[in-house]
Amino acid sequence: MKFQVNNNEVYASTGGRPFDKNKPLIIFVHGSGLTHMTWVLQTRYFAFHGYSVLALDMPGHGLSGGESLKSIEEMADWISDVIDAVGYKEASLVGHSQGCLVTVECTARNPKKIKTLSLMGGAGAIPMNPELLSLAENNDPKAVELMMDWAHGPAGHFGGHPVPGLYHLNTGSMLAKTRTIKNTLGVDFRACDNYKNGFDAAKKIKIPTLSILATDDKMCPVKEGKKLANLISGSQVDIIDNCGHMMLLEEADRVLKVLKKFITTYYPVNK
Amino acid sequence: MTDKKKGTDSKTYKFDTLSLHAGYQPHKNAGSRQVPIYQTTSYLFDDVDHAAALFNLERGGHIYSRISNPTVAVLEERVASLEGGTAALATSSGMSAIFLAVMTLCEAGDHLVVSSQLYGGTVNLFRLTLPKFGIKTTFVKPRDTEGFKKAIQKNTKGIFGELVGNPGNEIMNMPEIGKIAHEAGIPLMIDATYQTPYLCKPIEHGADIVVHSLTKWMAGHGSSMAGIIVEGGKFDWMQNDKFPTMTQPYEGYHGLSFAEEFGPTAFTMKARAEGMRDFGPCLSPQNAWNVLQGIETLSVRMQKHCSNAEKMVKYLLEHDSVAWVSHPSVPDHPDHDLANKLLPNGKGSMIAFGIKGGKEAGEAFINNVRLASHLANVGDTRTLVIHPASATHSQMDEATLKFAGLSHDMIRLSVGIEDIDDIKNDFENGFRAARKPRLVSNQ
Repeated sequence: MKFQVNNNEVYASTGGRPFDKNKPLIIFVHGSGLTHMTWVLQTRYFAFHGYSVLALDMPGHGLSGGESLKSIEEMADWISDVIDAVGYKEASLVGHSQGCLVTVECTARNPKKIKTLSLMGGAGAIPMNPELLSLAENNDPKAVELMMDWAHGPAGHFGGHPVPGLYHLNTGSMLAKTRTIKNTLGVDFRACDNYKNGFDAAKKIKIPTLSILATDDKMCPVKEGKKLANLISGSQVDIIDNCGHMMLLEEADRVLKVLKKFITTYYPVNK
Repeated sequence: MTDKKKGTDSKTYKFDTLSLHAGYQPHKNAGSRQVPIYQTTSYLFDDVDHAAALFNLERGGHIYSRISNPTVAVLEERVASLEGGTAALATSSGMSAIFLAVMTLCEAGDHLVVSSQLYGGTVNLFRLTLPKFGIKTTFVKPRDTEGFKKAIQKNTKGIFGELVGNPGNEIMNMPEIGKIAHEAGIPLMIDATYQTPYLCKPIEHGADIVVHSLTKWMAGHGSSMAGIIVEGGKFDWMQNDKFPTMTQPYEGYHGLSFAEEFGPTAFTMKARAEGMRDFGPCLSPQNAWNVLQGIETLSVRMQKHCSNAEKMVKYLLEHDSVAWVSHPSVPDHPDHDLANKLLPNGKGSMIAFGIKGGKEAGEAFINNVRLASHLANVGDTRTLVIHPASATHSQMDEATLKFAGLSHDMIRLSVGIEDIDDIKNDFENGFRAARKPRLVSNQ
């Protein structure tokens, strides 16, 4: 669906169901340079099981208007604005990679508004490889190739994923090329590189939090994910083996199973 | 976000490696190094919730082998990876792949612009069968690039053609025709059966949807029928209102919009969820496995096919019994420069040539070769010959034959990977027999 936030049009997938303000809201926040489509194997389930779902295209990404936001802090405030714009007072947040930085910061800034936090491939800081950052800021398609290479684990490079016929490496590349690389991936990478508040923000979080990490994640390794999780009081950690950073596609079913259990327990439909 | 061990060069697997490994993880299949043949119709659900989620496209997985099958899925991913596509859908034959692609794209009242130089069965699909579904076609000669533009109507939903036309070897200017299609807001569909992704990846040159008869070079051994649709993932279905079945809520899946939900894989998802469900031209797991065996050696075979073909071209060009030879490797072929651009790894192993003495000589030639097989197929490891006007294209009338660039003296040759000297020796037998009627009549 499309709606307005700060005078810009925003696109969000509602998981194939009409948006219903009477249902609890889950917001999915994508990673650097990507779009709402990375969440298709998680969102439809929740949309058909009693939740209202918004898998957002961040400003300047996918089908959303405006320009890409330049800092994680701006993105965090924008997520809060989204919740207001759709007429909700609270929501559950799910983030992947850069989306974890955004949702951690948003939760720290809005402790009463955010009810649960689910982090996939998250870390307290995501410093960028200078060459990768430079390629993205110079609009070089090689940045996308590298990101997809590093983001998939050794098994993920072969394919053989749950959705018959989909080749994820190429699908991910295509998603990252839907808009101009330097205006999406380049801006996002710089925002990640500049962000230093992740660990301090994590210390302020007191809500139920889940970190899903993957053994073959080279971009946000398990060690970094645990470091972040350890700062969040009572947070849960689930580690998926034989899987890389793109866990939400590489091991979509396993991710959905863990996410389902967490969200339905801590943010149930019939609260 | 870094991988210090890898440096900044992408280490994604390359073509020959993908040919052997893409789409399959042994550790998820009891460690079986070879892809297992899942000879089953259906798959157990964990519980009612799992079943409902699968039927509703909420999660990936298999329900019923008409829709998807684990062995077939390996083939689909493998071909998608080789073509540079986002997704693929395998079918029971190349013709069913074309039919399913068209039915996914079009509805009654729609129109297509189609190259006139196609396999005869494909011509008949567009000329005779699709009009019964209310889908009309304007045929354009493959070299008439501007003609494709002129033929586009308000209700045109796509351009279709074989990159190298069957059997005349005329080449479509795919990059230019792709631009024409995209300016009109419609996709370009290319049948790349003759090329395989080893010789050309049409998606890199402007195609949005690629179809193959996998029966041919991809499987390569003349053993199994199969087809596939590969999606490029670049086409924006939401840019205009031409494709409501892609962009509008679909009643068949609780108001799902394929384009919104699945973006770069929307076409494949629709072709599978709707097309396979309703038409059902599914590929058998045994045939999928057979094709996978072929793909494992695709690059090795294509090199030999192309090398033998170029030797045969030279042989035929110098032969007294041959009136003309058409193959993109020939410098005076009208599309030679375009072929060098689009087919840098080889120009394929399909040769068309005219035999002196016309139809009678052609028949004598075909009846007297012994190594080359006279049959209605191409892309076998073995050398194949046929006289198109009396076989593959025999259901066309004279005018259609002429428009398709066919002549009665034309022999279609699919060069195999036998020893080149044996193929030449066999052809000498054929040419000797072809000359006999004229020798008798001259006495």
